[in-house]
Amino acid sequence: MKVLGLLAVIAVATVMPFVLGDYRTFQLTLVMVYAIALLGLNILTGFNGQFSLGHGAFYAIGSYTAAILMAHYNVPYWATLPAAALVCLAAGFLFGLPALRLEGLFLALATLSLAVAMPSILKYRGIGDLTGGVQGLVLFKPEAPFGLPLNQDQWLYFFTLAVTIVMFVLAWNLLRGRVGRAIVAIRDQPIAARAMGINTALYKSLTFGVSALYAGVAGALGAIAIQFVAPDSFQIGLSFAFLIGAVIGGIYSIAGAIFGAFFVLFVPHLSEGISRAAPQAIFGTFLIVFMFVMPVGIAGFLRLASAWARRRIHGNSPVRGGAT
Amino acid sequence: MSVEAFFLQVLSGLATGGIYASLALAVVMIYKATHQVNFAQGEMAMFSTYIAWQLIQWGIPYWGAFLLTIAVSFVGGVVIERTVIRPFEAREAVLAVVTVFIGLFLILNSMAGWTWEYTLKSFPSPFPKQAYLGGYLSGHQLGLFGVVLATLALVYVFFRFTPLGLAMRAAAESPESSRLVGIRVSWMLALGWGLAAALGAVAGMMVAPLVFLEPNMMGFVLIYAFAGALLGGIDNPWGAVIGGFAMGVLENIMGVYVVGTELKLTIALVIIVGVLVVRPSGIFGRRVVTRV
Repeated sequence: MKVLGLLAVIAVATVMPFVLGDYRTFQLTLVMVYAIALLGLNILTGFNGQFSLGHGAFYAIGSYTAAILMAHYNVPYWATLPAAALVCLAAGFLFGLPALRLEGLFLALATLSLAVAMPSILKYRGIGDLTGGVQGLVLFKPEAPFGLPLNQDQWLYFFTLAVTIVMFVLAWNLLRGRVGRAIVAIRDQPIAARAMGINTALYKSLTFGVSALYAGVAGALGAIAIQFVAPDSFQIGLSFAFLIGAVIGGIYSIAGAIFGAFFVLFVPHLSEGISRAAPQAIFGTFLIVFMFVMPVGIAGFLRLASAWARRRIHGNSPVRGGAT
Repeated sequence: MSVEAFFLQVLSGLATGGIYASLALAVVMIYKATHQVNFAQGEMAMFSTYIAWQLIQWGIPYWGAFLLTIAVSFVGGVVIERTVIRPFEAREAVLAVVTVFIGLFLILNSMAGWTWEYTLKSFPSPFPKQAYLGGYLSGHQLGLFGVVLATLALVYVFFRFTPLGLAMRAAAESPESSRLVGIRVSWMLALGWGLAAALGAVAGMMVAPLVFLEPNMMGFVLIYAFAGALLGGIDNPWGAVIGGFAMGVLENIMGVYVVGTELKLTIALVIIVGVLVVRPSGIFGRRVVTRV
């Protein structure tokens, strides 16, 4: 049943670029980019219980890694993804090490300050030759290879779709096994987890690294799709947008990342006509309202609803839970 | 650079440090009362400053607008606590609380932009324009220093010598016992929010003449205030004040002599991470030991 649903989603996703115009295709590409970043945040905050208000910073590091490799070293676009992944894994792991000593609020504070400082670090003149300073770097959009009959937007869409599927399958595999149970155990009962022999320090730093890796891959894809990186695209608002997407999509789930990405990208689009301030106001209101009535987000709500429906149909059969 | 110039840099750092100190004090007050760090503190201060600006535009003299803004902010802080924060009082979930703070941050920021546009506005200073000490300290910086110190003294007197101040400290220290002796703990928290909002309003009105009034003006101030609060010890009001002043001086000295003005925000990042890693309780803070 679940597999069929997933196949249907993938089938629809495959048809999309041929039905929609180039601009819509590009937007859907960005939705997938955001979904990958949100998935990283879900793994860290939802599953491992570590807070981050600074994932925009790791997204920025991924973007810049890809952009610098492409603009200065002529590395092909697809090869920048593993590089961005590795750089962000290392950056996340290193930031996660001191963060180990921090509990909830203070981790949020430390990551917030990282995100706030990021644009000024990127603007720093000492590394201006590499980063392009305030102006940033301009990139070229890749052409479809092997003479495929696709235009640039369509090709980029399929490339991103493939990466997204790989990243989601990897996350699913990571979370459903032994490692995933350890990650969740650290969130729920840190002391008991340690007593059971889980190396909490290592797991927490590694989770931070993996989460940053997801943000980094998303950042690299985003840079390739937008063909431009500049310090001011990575303001604190980006990190807030990730938090909003994660919370509203459903931070305790994998699928929630997709709902969250749609929300974060399309709500500003729909509301921008009202006022420049409207998207932010809507984000803020939704955040608070969701915390009041639906802290499990859209994905969590759907799961509860389907469990409820199943109970109605099958009588009192027990509800099965799992990492979905 | 001469010793004299260095000394003057320290002085002007102390003046800006006063702003960080008062916002840091607001952060610490809420932390002491609720063990939450209010990420929306800066935006609350910014919104208060807009109210003051509006009052002045309507022709109310500066000090009248100043006091009125403090009163309005106090009520606003209490209302926010009662409506938005209170439902999460009982829940320990950090995720919920921080998310609500971010939501509050976004709402206040966008409401200010919606109501008063995003254009820069100049905010008047009540102090003489004349420069002192060889041009390093403006009249406003000196006045700001005085206002911040006076505010801190008032806060100290309030907590130290009034029954209400004592009740608030008791409610923060041990809510259970306070409830037993008849203190309405929940309302004490709301009052704490009101006071923090009022303190933030003072900080906002003092910082606005230096940086221009706009919805994002408190962003960097808040980060410095956080750094100051952590440096001094997040549960120690005096530590927070000293930490705030120290951040002002550090910002100036590092900005002029070491890293340049571009990387100023990075100083705050380094201090925040550094303090949290090396000595999470800050210089004057108490180490908290929890029983498992």
